[in-house]
Amino acid sequence: MQALMENYVEAAAVILFGVGFTTLLFHRNLIKKLIGMNIMDTGVFLFLAAMGYIRGRHAPIIENGVEEVERYINPVPAGLVLTGIVVSVSVTAVMLSLTIRLYKRYHTLDLDAIYVLSRHQGEDR
Amino acid sequence: MSFIRNFPLFTIVLSLFSGALCLLISSKAARIYTVLLESVLTVMVSMTLWYTYTTDSAFTYKMGEFPAPWGNEIRAGVLECVIALTFLIIILMSLLAGDHFLRIDIDESKQNLFFSLVSLMTAALMAMTWTNDIFTGYVFLEILTLTSCGVLIVREIGRTTLAAVRYMILNLLGSGLFLLGVVLLYDLSGHLLMVPMHEAIARIAEDPESIPVIALSVGILTIGLGIKSGLFPFYYWMPDTYGSATPASASLMSSLVTKAYIFLLIKIYFRAVGMEVIRKTSILEILFVLGILGMIFGSVRAVSTGSINRMIAYSSAAQIGYIYMGLGIGTLAGLTGALFQIVAHGFTKSLLFLTVPYLAEASGNSLLFGSLRGAARKDRQAAFFFLIGALSMVGIPFFAGFPVKLLLGESAVGQHSSFKLLAAMLGLAISTLLNAMYFIRTLILLNMEKLPEEASPGEMKVRSKSGGVQRIGYPFAALVLAAANIFLGVFSWTLVELIRLGLAMFQ
Repeated sequence: MQALMENYVEAAAVILFGVGFTTLLFHRNLIKKLIGMNIMDTGVFLFLAAMGYIRGRHAPIIENGVEEVERYINPVPAGLVLTGIVVSVSVTAVMLSLTIRLYKRYHTLDLDAIYVLSRHQGEDR
Repeated sequence: MSFIRNFPLFTIVLSLFSGALCLLISSKAARIYTVLLESVLTVMVSMTLWYTYTTDSAFTYKMGEFPAPWGNEIRAGVLECVIALTFLIIILMSLLAGDHFLRIDIDESKQNLFFSLVSLMTAALMAMTWTNDIFTGYVFLEILTLTSCGVLIVREIGRTTLAAVRYMILNLLGSGLFLLGVVLLYDLSGHLLMVPMHEAIARIAEDPESIPVIALSVGILTIGLGIKSGLFPFYYWMPDTYGSATPASASLMSSLVTKAYIFLLIKIYFRAVGMEVIRKTSILEILFVLGILGMIFGSVRAVSTGSINRMIAYSSAAQIGYIYMGLGIGTLAGLTGALFQIVAHGFTKSLLFLTVPYLAEASGNSLLFGSLRGAARKDRQAAFFFLIGALSMVGIPFFAGFPVKLLLGESAVGQHSSFKLLAAMLGLAISTLLNAMYFIRTLILLNMEKLPEEASPGEMKVRSKSGGVQRIGYPFAALVLAAANIFLGVFSWTLVELIRLGLAMFQ
């Protein structure tokens, strides 16, 4: 319990990941699935950011010419978060465009209903 | 000579550049350009293979000469070269053989998009094969997911979009888990480059209490890649996905995309975490059991399905099971079998996926078994190549599928657990029997005489129009793939030797 209280940011990150993961897996609505995916990714990013942060240190930008390593936090996790955000945005864009295509064809966002419609139209093999 | 050391990076950069270029030029130019590009890359990787083989050592290429832990590296050894070369040859042959249907399935104005996606996919495949950095692996894994979704939906019929959404949702779950696994491993070790990470994890693993934490991180990462590569029970997206894509895309996805994920997994096990640490957890045992279940259930579904494309797709699920079983055996011999299977199955499955549409075309564009009756009599050429693919899948000697089963069987005998021996032998026997059942049934059906009263209106048509375009690339490409199959069957020791050499460099 003590460890959980001390690392509450990491705990929150894991809970967010779980919420996102289950939404992506079990929700029937495509848009909500995508929201779930974004929550899942945010959980990972929060975890990374919490990992890179060291209490009492500054952002890794040289201040007043001080170059000692001890003054700054680790910049690598922040770089990873940025890369991850770019990946997540592009995946979301592609998925949204697919969702629009499906909606135009079947006029619903419910994935189960789309399966049924697709089967009725004899598309599913 | 040392200039060859730049080639692995060139394969990634040139493909990325071509991906952008193909968007700007006409479809005709993009087609010629992509084929030329893949040929040039094949030559480059062949030279790299020759270089690493003759110098008997792997080399690391540091980006911008920054040392670990800041820099990013790619690494080329014999094994990476063999896998990259296999990927490139299959891409080239898929483009040549699938061109006939590509022109029918995709609108002329959009064909350059397909070639752009194939170039980007090549970049992702190459980067995942060469990379020495686990986060770079993640980035290109996502690029591979996006491009494979792209080559699927580029054929605009209703069910491809649905299949793509299904495929993407599962893949996104897999990517999320993989990313979490990567982050946890980074948290544990403080490194993203594989070599320093390996050293750090070896140090941490000396304390027995840390093993569950490492097992959790690697386990999450493994489930992620398992979902993406179609490990049992996550294979159900395969038939819809492969069935609705244009043949070139189906061949690329079944032969390369799933294999690239597995190769990345093997690389992480060996180079980033270390097999000695993995063996302390029960991950390999779980992979072994899931692999065998995949072999059996994939084959059972292949027997019971009604269309030839779905049969081949389910058989892919079974073949992925072979790879995971080899990995799960946990010995070097088992891993050799698994890696041999990655190469052999790539050549066989691409041949089958590229050949089946021609058989369907000969029998009125239907993929149902009922209407395929007698197709072999109408298209002798396609029937011949289907026969070679089928014999290889069943595991007849002198074809590529045979050494795989032999290697896996041998490795099961060579390890200590009697449970694994029994399970592996039973799995191999049942799966081979079922393989033989559905392929021989198909071969007989293809060669039967066609009944006069046929073609009911409710028949499932794979495409409404057909023909019109000469098939130029197919005979050549199919011949190359068939020759590779027979070569791997007859001279299997060459590849086994290369894999062993590569694995020795891998450590």
